[in-house]
Amino acid sequence: MLSIKNLQARVEEKDIIKGLNLDIKPGEVHAIMGPNGAGKSTLGNVLSGREGYEVTGGEVLFDGKNLLEMSTEERAREGLFLAFQYPVEIPGVSNMEFLKASVDAVREHRGLPAYDSVTFLKLAREKCKAVNLDQNFLKRGVNEGFSGGEKKRNEIMQMMLLEPKICILDETDSGLDIDALQVVAEGVNSQRSPERSFIVVTHYQRLLDYIVPDYVHVLANGRIVKSGGKELALELEEKGYSWIEQEGK
Amino acid sequence: MSLAFNEQAVASLKNLPAAPWLENIRASGAQVFSVTPWPNRKTENWKYTSLFALDQQAYHGAAPQVNLADDQLFAIAGLDAQRLVFVNGHFNAALSDKIDGLVCVPFSQANAEQQALIAQKLNGTFKQEQHLFGALNNAALQEGVLIHLTKNQVCKKPVQIVHVQSADAGFSSYARHVIVLEQHSEATVLEHFVSAAKIAENIHNQLTEVFVGEGAKLNHYRLHLESGSQSHFGGVHVNLAANAVFNSFQLALGGKIKRIDVVVNHQGSGAHSEINGVYLPKEKQHIDFHTCIEHAVPHCTSNEVFRGIIADQAKAVFNGRIHIHKHAQKTAAELSNKNLLLSNQAEINTKPELEIYADDVRCAHGATIAQLDEKARFYLQSRGISRQEAEVMLSFGFINELIDGIELEPVAQLLRPILAKQFISDERLARHLI
Repeated sequence: MLSIKNLQARVEEKDIIKGLNLDIKPGEVHAIMGPNGAGKSTLGNVLSGREGYEVTGGEVLFDGKNLLEMSTEERAREGLFLAFQYPVEIPGVSNMEFLKASVDAVREHRGLPAYDSVTFLKLAREKCKAVNLDQNFLKRGVNEGFSGGEKKRNEIMQMMLLEPKICILDETDSGLDIDALQVVAEGVNSQRSPERSFIVVTHYQRLLDYIVPDYVHVLANGRIVKSGGKELALELEEKGYSWIEQEGK
Repeated sequence: MSLAFNEQAVASLKNLPAAPWLENIRASGAQVFSVTPWPNRKTENWKYTSLFALDQQAYHGAAPQVNLADDQLFAIAGLDAQRLVFVNGHFNAALSDKIDGLVCVPFSQANAEQQALIAQKLNGTFKQEQHLFGALNNAALQEGVLIHLTKNQVCKKPVQIVHVQSADAGFSSYARHVIVLEQHSEATVLEHFVSAAKIAENIHNQLTEVFVGEGAKLNHYRLHLESGSQSHFGGVHVNLAANAVFNSFQLALGGKIKRIDVVVNHQGSGAHSEINGVYLPKEKQHIDFHTCIEHAVPHCTSNEVFRGIIADQAKAVFNGRIHIHKHAQKTAAELSNKNLLLSNQAEINTKPELEIYADDVRCAHGATIAQLDEKARFYLQSRGISRQEAEVMLSFGFINELIDGIELEPVAQLLRPILAKQFISDERLARHLI
């Protein structure tokens, strides 16, 4: 589904990703863990095609297509979804307008008809319920005045509406209390399927108690320095990252 | 070659029919206008707005009487308002409602008592010696509306005053409104400016003077939705008595030259004003908002928020003056002006201007000029929304934040589609906003 080969990227003239390899098959959940500054968030931004994140080498194939040649919106329409660590507030644009624009764009790309507004409203309300978000959030500005937990639930709701092929969860657990974390994790788990893959980027093992990964990778200094099964996360929780960073050098 | 605008204006004023009871004011206005120096680049108040273009065009044909077939140009769906309509400055009885429940009359129909009130109030909110187009408005004084609410009178239905410009040839038209709210009265007044789709360049000079009595409240709207070929010189001048409240929402699309002055004089302790404003020039249009908040007495509050989006080669000027006099202790005054430039040829000249002579006041101000937020755009694009549509949505949101705050929902619903389509060539880009 997603094949990353020797990816190198820089931000503001600084090399952050320095030869990253990762192969993700349909239905798999990969956790990427690592110390602060390892390049975890950069990876999500690079894969989404954010301006200012310059790819200097390597290749990324998404369902056989060259991901790096696509614009941000094309990647999203092809089925790549990034759940933001800090979802952006956009006052003045209602959540509903935003969701409809987004779903319309993705469906149009996939050759599906646009939902009429009544059907879409019904669908959006259903998804709100699924992530335990009050329907009034649909009328409010995008993420405007939402709490940390509400923002993350709004992200998961978008994921449910867009039905992506691969989801990158960028430190989705940051700023969440345990209740919110459970709701978010349940939302994610409900979306797991044999066709849909996940990259779960996190600093802490905690989230992986709820979203159980198939593979765990440790990212340090711009490379994956260790890979293993879910038990690797527990080991990291116990021992911290420094022993792996040492190994990586 | 045409005459300079001001000479031409004075000459043509002689041809305007005059009501005898307004003759004194007209004569004094003409006198002041003729001796006031014509602004140039060194005139601080006109530094960024050149009047040169006025000299290039003949604007002094008499404003023609035009009949409109219907109210399509200015009907606001869902708004239950009483309406007075002026076409090219002339009162149009056929398109106007018969006003119930309050004094709301065109000058041309005012009785002796009402004439006396108008004459007493005229020029009560500004000095014509300091207001070039105020002096011109006095010199051309003929028609307008008097709204008068008596003590404790509450008028629930908004009054909509419409100005339609419609003509094939250039002309100047003038109007003046006087709004008097006695103690503890309350009203909503909507000033609505539109123009016919096909219209020659012309000039509209319209001033509104507002007197809000003790504990009274005016909810005010001023919507400049004329076509881009129009020029407007006017504004709103307000006196607030003790504990009076003035809430105002102003929106202006661009014009050939639009200069709008908003002046609020806090004259009684406890008075409060709240002004939200929006300007949206594009192409080669020009808008100049000059606002001045005068705090003359203690314990008053004012809050002013203006936002503008400037596209193409358009130019905007925002001057926000707050003047806190020596005795105006415990004043709380806030001013914010944010601008979004959509092209690198767009121009904004913004100047917050604080003059504070009291030492125990709270006064905050800020002015920003920016382009669209890259983070927000990336967020929208990461959800599959095209870059162009994301830009339209963000521009819309920047202004819609203020429109969301409008109390009269039908007015908000009138403005949102105008806003959504303002800066696009392809209507599909706005389809999720309207």
